[in-house]
Amino acid sequence: MDKVREKIKTKGLLFNIEHFFDRYKVIISVVFAVVALSVPFIGLSRATMRLLVMIGLYSMLGMGLNLLVGYTGQVSLGHAGFYAIGAYVCALLQVDAGVNFWLALLIGGIVSGFVGFLLGLPTLRLSGTYLSIVTLGFCEVVQMILKQWESVTYGNYGVRNIPKPELFGFTFNQQNGGFYIIILVLAVLTALGCHFIKNSKTGRAFIAIKEDELAATMMGIKTSRYKILAFVLSAFITGIAGGFYSVINNGYIEPTNFTFNISILIMSVVIVGGLGTIRGMVFGATILMLFPEVFRFLNEWRFVIYGVLLVLMMQFRPQGALGWQSTLPYRLSKETKKLLEKKKAAAEDASRTK
Amino acid sequence: MDFLKVSNITMQFGGLFAVEDVSFHVDRGEIVSLIGPNGAGKTTVFNMLTGVYQITSGTMEFEGHKLEGKTPQEIVGLGISRTFQNLRLFPKMRVIENVLVGTHIRTKYNFFDGLFRSKAFRKEEAEKTVRAIEILESIGLEKYINSYVESLPYGEQRKVEIARAIATDAKLLLLDEPAAGMNPSESEELLHFIRSLKDKGFTVLMIEHDMNVVMNISDRIYVLDHGKLIAHGLPGEIANDKRVIEAYLGGERKHAKNR
Repeated sequence: MDKVREKIKTKGLLFNIEHFFDRYKVIISVVFAVVALSVPFIGLSRATMRLLVMIGLYSMLGMGLNLLVGYTGQVSLGHAGFYAIGAYVCALLQVDAGVNFWLALLIGGIVSGFVGFLLGLPTLRLSGTYLSIVTLGFCEVVQMILKQWESVTYGNYGVRNIPKPELFGFTFNQQNGGFYIIILVLAVLTALGCHFIKNSKTGRAFIAIKEDELAATMMGIKTSRYKILAFVLSAFITGIAGGFYSVINNGYIEPTNFTFNISILIMSVVIVGGLGTIRGMVFGATILMLFPEVFRFLNEWRFVIYGVLLVLMMQFRPQGALGWQSTLPYRLSKETKKLLEKKKAAAEDASRTK
Repeated sequence: MDFLKVSNITMQFGGLFAVEDVSFHVDRGEIVSLIGPNGAGKTTVFNMLTGVYQITSGTMEFEGHKLEGKTPQEIVGLGISRTFQNLRLFPKMRVIENVLVGTHIRTKYNFFDGLFRSKAFRKEEAEKTVRAIEILESIGLEKYINSYVESLPYGEQRKVEIARAIATDAKLLLLDEPAAGMNPSESEELLHFIRSLKDKGFTVLMIEHDMNVVMNISDRIYVLDHGKLIAHGLPGEIANDKRVIEAYLGGERKHAKNR
């Protein structure tokens, strides 16, 4: 026990926690996978399963927005728009064109990504608050189109009778845990994707742009290209999440499912969890989805408390609940270590022959 | 063919000539200093060379390539990289990540290689990481490799900036006041480092106020005052040049006249 205490003292508690997770990551991943996959079979209530699905969905939405806000530092208040585009494209393709869910989901993501590209263009000229206002406007425009373009979107009536996803004859629904499995897979894939992007030249370029755009330019980073890429990726992920949402909402969606409030909710997930982290998105989604459920007995008052909590959060922990910088050393890949050893050996040989 | 040849460049902001009709050249393997009082236009020259500003008139040539009209990214690609007077690092990134951002322009793998961890990604990422570590070791920053830049002392941050500039595989390094904010022993160390850069084949054009550094390592010196070139020559000549002393300290006669 003393040994542990000594260790914590010298390196800090955070280091030890991170070190623990790093050291046993294989075991922890396996345990997580087993637990996560067995959840549908342990007889949880329908409400709990729905809650878990929503947590997964908002983790994914958070990760999508985080790519943009957390990495490149471009604040978007229009993600409900991308969410709506993904949902409507996916739903309409299934209902009106009879396209298979999985294909429709992908097309929804791609269409959303393309719109992200178009919206990304003004970001070359705008930043900060101005950009946020443009994205806010985008969100309202999408809302208006959904309501007014009745011949395609069914207007306020909404899209109805959206079929449940199927795969090899198995129908995914809420009861059999199918929705849960889909979002689990989607969220894990998104997390892996974000992790890989972050630890590559693309992710470093994103973060460099956030930290100091001029310096990034002077390092040869084509900043406009990367800013648009961030928009496209973020919109793609959000669009996919929207497509998934269109099938879990009792078979129908309407414009009010995608109001500005949803943009704010996604932003809250990112901020509460911790800008620029993936773990934070899962945490933020969990807190924000649990909150209204746990405090249901407070009725309307829960929203007041929710607001107060957000304000306190901003005041005392602006980096987000889990928004710390890693205390572990920079991770060197196997290939890097091998190459380093090779170089070292070569240098020693050279000095010996001298 | 000159290494860097700048002819009659002018930078005009409205009615103000920040740099006027300045010409100079830098040969391969030289250490050339650009000095002058505050506001003389030295940093403006750097901004013109690196494409931050589009020059009003004149020509700039680097290894036979025209620089005017090129974007900063293209200029980095040609092999010119710079540091900044007021540090412009990426403070929330690690030291090694800052240097890896420097290697960005020489990293060939694309976005999908990174996303799917392809073989090309793993191979090149390893090479660049090793290169970043080597650069950091050569500049004496090996113990800070894993640290976050914002946690480093000022002098060390300056070195990270130089390391980041080197990582772009630059042939010409533009150092904007590398010794600013360093104590005498730190600047002495820096002096040795810049000299070692020369031995490694780098060419250095530097803006510096620390005369100890300037006089000790410069092969040649150009002096700028009020946007105009007022003198150039060897360190010994510059130290005794009347116009230079006047520019720095103010001339006696001028003063008398004003009264």
